[in-house]
Amino acid sequence: MGNIRLIGRLDIKGPNLIKGIRLEGLRVIGEPNEYALKYYEQGVDELIYMDSVASLYGRNNLRDIVENAAKNVFVPLTVGGGIRSLDDVTDLLRCGADKVAVNTAAVANPKLISDIARRFGSQCMVLSIEAKQIGNDRWEVYTDNGRERTGIDVIEWAKKGVAAGAGEILLTSVDREGTRKGFDVALAKAVTQEVAVPVILSGGMGKVEDVVDAVRTGGADAIAMADILHYGRATIGDVRDTARGVGIGVRNYE
Amino acid sequence: MNKIDVAVIDYGIGNLLSVRRSLEHCGATVAVTSDPAEILAAPRVILPGVGAFVDGMKELRQRKLDVVVQEVAARGISLLGICLGMQMLLTESEEFGLTSGLGLISGKVIPIPATTVVGESQKIPHIGWSSLVVPSHGKNWSGTVLENIAPDEAVYFVHSFMASPSSDEDRIADCIYGGAAISAVIGNKNIIGCQFHPEKSGKVGLKVLQSFLAT
Repeated sequence: MGNIRLIGRLDIKGPNLIKGIRLEGLRVIGEPNEYALKYYEQGVDELIYMDSVASLYGRNNLRDIVENAAKNVFVPLTVGGGIRSLDDVTDLLRCGADKVAVNTAAVANPKLISDIARRFGSQCMVLSIEAKQIGNDRWEVYTDNGRERTGIDVIEWAKKGVAAGAGEILLTSVDREGTRKGFDVALAKAVTQEVAVPVILSGGMGKVEDVVDAVRTGGADAIAMADILHYGRATIGDVRDTARGVGIGVRNYE
Repeated sequence: MNKIDVAVIDYGIGNLLSVRRSLEHCGATVAVTSDPAEILAAPRVILPGVGAFVDGMKELRQRKLDVVVQEVAARGISLLGICLGMQMLLTESEEFGLTSGLGLISGKVIPIPATTVVGESQKIPHIGWSSLVVPSHGKNWSGTVLENIAPDEAVYFVHSFMASPSSDEDRIADCIYGGAAISAVIGNKNIIGCQFHPEKSGKVGLKVLQSFLAT
């Protein structure tokens, strides 16, 4: 396997970087680009921007923020939240995004996945899955930033999304998100066993050592970090050193 | 019109803003253009691209830019292909049936092996940061776009197919994926190709672009 990726996740509301618990109770952290630049300097492998209220209002507000980031942050940028059409994707790619993460609109219209993959390539189409545990080794897909249940099984949806052309899966545990209780590695394992595309595990990183379980037990190809970085509990360098220390491949960064 | 340092070919594919911004960050005056005259007048040309080989070639041909790129190469203008732009420099690709490329570097584009050298299945596409290494035949990087790069510095890749040049002489750098060597940088005289995205590879990528701007 290649090097795992250490990804900074920036949840945005309006002009602000925010952080919630289980995607709720959003608290303002600060100015998004200040944090983006800080993580870039620390050697972050990628950044994910999520418009946390976009689905609610039916549009993505991240154009300006992404355009600004593309001026001085030279790592891949993924943008999600409220993406509903090929035109939305075109628009965000023009602003400097490399990939889009789609959740709500893909659940409503799965054909959007194959349309995006065909037009822009699978590498551009990240299927964002918000998962809530509903039983032993069973998780349900949620939409609208963890607000709406769908009745769809996460594993089935992941397989369907990949078959339709998703090139990556951003897998967020709504139960763990913002709780610092550690990643839901059982969820990760259930998905990574079933799909061949890379899986980015998101939600719940409490300490740097959590990366080890995410990769070794969960089979994650990448982890998305928010709380742990935003509150300065660890740097990208700390996580990289910990991973390297146990023999997990990470990007060589000076 | 300001004198431009580099023309980035716009053929309707890829995140051109990032390519432009990274070059501007290096101090270059950039034209993102599909105008043959402007491309041929530039001292350096970049052929970017992501996505499928067949789509890329189709878009180039529709705009008659395939012959323009070939003319750029023939005139000895520095030409840098990035990702799909690198793969299109080769003779042909096996992606979705056999498709002819620009034929500027002899070789083929073939799938990344589905298994590692020890036979384990591996994830395709290859997405992420991998270190650049000197190919086994061992040519050093002085005088190339990698001259300011130390072996083992890492850059960002995202691809399912890989370049396989006919001549080892054209392999400048490899990366290792699943234990096997993948061409990361290829080159022949004024023609250079990077499989990785220098515009998305942080400070290492910017150093590569800076070296290209100095050619």
